[in-house]
Amino acid sequence: MKQYNRRDFLKVSGTVAATSALAACGKKDNAEDIDLDPMGNHTDPVPTDKMTYRTNPKTGDKVSILGYGWMRLPTKRVGDGPNNEVIDQEQVNRLTNYALEHGVNYFDTSPAYCRGKSEESLGIALEQSGRPRDSYYIATKLSNFSPQQYSFEEGCKIFENSLQYLKTDYIDYLLLHSIGGGGMDNLRQRFLDNGLLDWLMEQREKGRIRNLGFSFHGDVTVFDYMLEHHDKYKWDFVQIQANYIDWKQAGGRNVNGEYLYTELEKRGIPAVIMEPLLGGRLSKVPDHVVAHLKQRKPENSVASWAFRYIGSKPNVLTVLSGMTYMEHLEDNVRTYSPLEPLTEEEQAWLEGETAALIKSYPTIDCNDCKYCMPCPYGLDIPGIFVHYNKCVNKGNIPESQQAENYKQARRAFLVGYDRAVPRLRQADHCTTCRECVPHCPQNIDIPRELRRVDEFVEKLKQNTL
Amino acid sequence: MLRKIRLTLAIVFWVLITWLLVDFTGTAHAYLGWMAKIQFMPALLAVNVGVLFFLVALTLLFGRIYCSVICPLGVMQDAIAWLNRKKNKYSYSPEKGMLRACIVLAAGLLLTAGLGWVAGLVFPYSTYGRIVGTTLAPLYKLANNVLAGIAERQESYAFYTVDVWLKSLPALIMALIAWVVIAILAWRGGRTWCNTICPVGTVLGMISKYSRLKVVMNAKACKNCRKCERNCKAACIDLKNHQIDYSRCVVCGDCLEECKFGALAFGYKPMIDKENIIYNEWREKQEAKSEKKEAADKVDEGRRAVLTSAALLVGTSVMKAQEKTTDGGFAIIEDKKKPHREHQITPPGSISVRHLRENCTACQLCIDSCPNDVLRPSSKLATFMQPEVSYERGYCRPECNRCSQVCPTGAIKPIEVDVRKETQVGHAVWMEANCIPAKDGKPCGNCARHCPVQAIQLVPAGSKYHQDHGQWFDADNKRVDGRTVPMIPVVNEEKCIGCGACEYVCPSRPFSAIYVEGHEVHKDV
Repeated sequence: MKQYNRRDFLKVSGTVAATSALAACGKKDNAEDIDLDPMGNHTDPVPTDKMTYRTNPKTGDKVSILGYGWMRLPTKRVGDGPNNEVIDQEQVNRLTNYALEHGVNYFDTSPAYCRGKSEESLGIALEQSGRPRDSYYIATKLSNFSPQQYSFEEGCKIFENSLQYLKTDYIDYLLLHSIGGGGMDNLRQRFLDNGLLDWLMEQREKGRIRNLGFSFHGDVTVFDYMLEHHDKYKWDFVQIQANYIDWKQAGGRNVNGEYLYTELEKRGIPAVIMEPLLGGRLSKVPDHVVAHLKQRKPENSVASWAFRYIGSKPNVLTVLSGMTYMEHLEDNVRTYSPLEPLTEEEQAWLEGETAALIKSYPTIDCNDCKYCMPCPYGLDIPGIFVHYNKCVNKGNIPESQQAENYKQARRAFLVGYDRAVPRLRQADHCTTCRECVPHCPQNIDIPRELRRVDEFVEKLKQNTL
Repeated sequence: MLRKIRLTLAIVFWVLITWLLVDFTGTAHAYLGWMAKIQFMPALLAVNVGVLFFLVALTLLFGRIYCSVICPLGVMQDAIAWLNRKKNKYSYSPEKGMLRACIVLAAGLLLTAGLGWVAGLVFPYSTYGRIVGTTLAPLYKLANNVLAGIAERQESYAFYTVDVWLKSLPALIMALIAWVVIAILAWRGGRTWCNTICPVGTVLGMISKYSRLKVVMNAKACKNCRKCERNCKAACIDLKNHQIDYSRCVVCGDCLEECKFGALAFGYKPMIDKENIIYNEWREKQEAKSEKKEAADKVDEGRRAVLTSAALLVGTSVMKAQEKTTDGGFAIIEDKKKPHREHQITPPGSISVRHLRENCTACQLCIDSCPNDVLRPSSKLATFMQPEVSYERGYCRPECNRCSQVCPTGAIKPIEVDVRKETQVGHAVWMEANCIPAKDGKPCGNCARHCPVQAIQLVPAGSKYHQDHGQWFDADNKRVDGRTVPMIPVVNEEKCIGCGACEYVCPSRPFSAIYVEGHEVHKDV
């Protein structure tokens, strides 16, 4: 019933719509289950009570399939200077209230996000919502990334601080943050040798952690190790990166989502999905791709395909999205209220043809997560990559001077570059110190990519492309 | 009518040349570069014979039309005087010939002595350039930045933001002083500056005495109302004697409109002279009859002196890596400081330090059009306000020759981009104490990566490494590179062109670990 899109609707009731258009304007006529306003108003109200929920097999938690990622929060500027962007808490509160009203109940933060301000912001937002503590689930992480935080004491301190910032005495979902980068050695240093994982399991016993899991990027041996010892650790959930690009054709040194998901499914461990949209790279796509997707469902957003794709996997507990803007939140709520699963043909079409089409563009695999920041030499690494990708999508990366739009593309790239990134933070200032490389969850060889952008910029500037 | 044409032309010239001086995009130069090049002093210094011939011919034909149309400083003074317009505020004053002659002489001597900038203090075009370049140009850029902000919101690339910074306080102060002095003189006395101090005014004044067309007075028609004299901003109408001092008349045409009796006309002098001769003969007779005759002819020694000196003038023609515990944010970037350079760097095309010093009138045109923020006015006495090269905010990019294109005096001679890439203006000097690989053992090599002429190589420090086919090996014959051992830059001074790319991208702050020393005379590499 709900599957009607506009085209079907017009086919079915074209004449009815035409003749009763005026009437429809005043009040909803008896077009039965069709939500679309035949006057051409696309935006019927976002449903508040149709969210799809998944059940956590251990606790029975009814988790909304849309999870709110607390990493890409709206910011506002307070005065000049490079670090004067602060979280726009007022807007965050509005987004939180909207999300809760529309059935979103899973919030995923970390002590490292947003220069360490994310947890505090979530604590404030949830408190002001006035909702009881058991009506939503908080996920946070043990983000002991810096060597100075590898000790047991530092690790415990991070957890206790989280409770304080989040104004709670228990965490619903606690994750060992981003294991896999730096391999087994890194895992041992951070969680195994110092006894921190044992301590976290104790906290689970005590009820201070309701579900214990880990998030994974990078070296697959670490993932395998963790699952091999599932009997010992009893993972309640695992957070993995999965989307229709990474499912079978993971970029760089990433592991295919299909493998990670299947391994979890085998053991009955629910999967929490991160990067369903690759930081917006699956919504900000070249026109060619927009046409490719929209041609099938003109009314649905480009992003909705990515969300429906991964939500269609039954062992997914929730799909995280860092929704900075209200329109992102509205669109995602709409997509998942309720989730309309993809057919097998549609899934294959996304994994195959569509993924290949997107991968044929020379974008850089950066999802703007800012884990690499701050760069010790002051570069704005994600800013540079985001600008480059934006130009790829807009067709502003000319191949040579003979390109038809060379002059306009050159100006758009260079002027846009100076706008997006201050000169002293541009790619030409990279010293190749490689401090950033281990932090990148996408395993991008950041200095090499910066060099690539810099060489491109030089060619544009010197007109030697 | 004549006045209206003059006024229209003057305003058009003035606005366009001002735009040329404040424009930083290169657009104005493409169309209007000639406006700076037809200025008298720049043409003289560039030995631009064609332009000089044209200006002399123009003056011989029309009088000092140059001063009231082409010269932006002159038009600016007219504008100031117009703001303080009161009827009948001027009166005739005798010419200060001696002073004018001395200034022309002094300017000529200073130019010969290579103190171009001191002489430049009284040159009209460069004075105007300094005033505009230091005051209006930053305001223009600020206005542009506002537009760029709007454009950015609309995803338009029509405008882009540029840095606005105080390039030199002494130059700003000097320009302001010049502005205040000239403005006061113009406010009170119209063209006082042009007719007493300006050496170009003096030289053209000498020529305009012999111009074919000039403002002439028909004494017969004159009713001695003195309206013309009182409204002559050049104070050159001696009504008592029905004489006009053509060395000071800038043919503005104001008097032509003031005279209600048709006693003043712009025309071919000999014809009216003939009438005047008849009239004068008649008047002399009258005067002789009524009163005793007064011998008034005085040899004007001043004028004679000017002629001598003018002939002479024509003849001479790092930071510490921060511990990272959270994601996002930016490291603070310290501003770069100017290193102490033993030898100044001069822009490609300027041939030598001496050539620039002797030919530059410090008009600021190159400084304000430099798209890389490399040029700024010098604060040194010998080259005061002339362009100085430094690389704290950018470097002299290999594809750019903008300053050489805009320079109207030939102080920076036009230089092709390909030639410019092979012109050595200085060489890079390495400073171990600041170099990150040498100091902290971290990889860098940014200078070598950005050298446009590949004059910098990276080598491992110390004697235990040896080279084989361009690769480096340690004592155990294991290959080493920037990731395994710290590699330091070495400069091939013979290849280096002194563009400053290395200095600009060097991560060491506030002082770069590699900086450029200038060369006195440029050469090809």
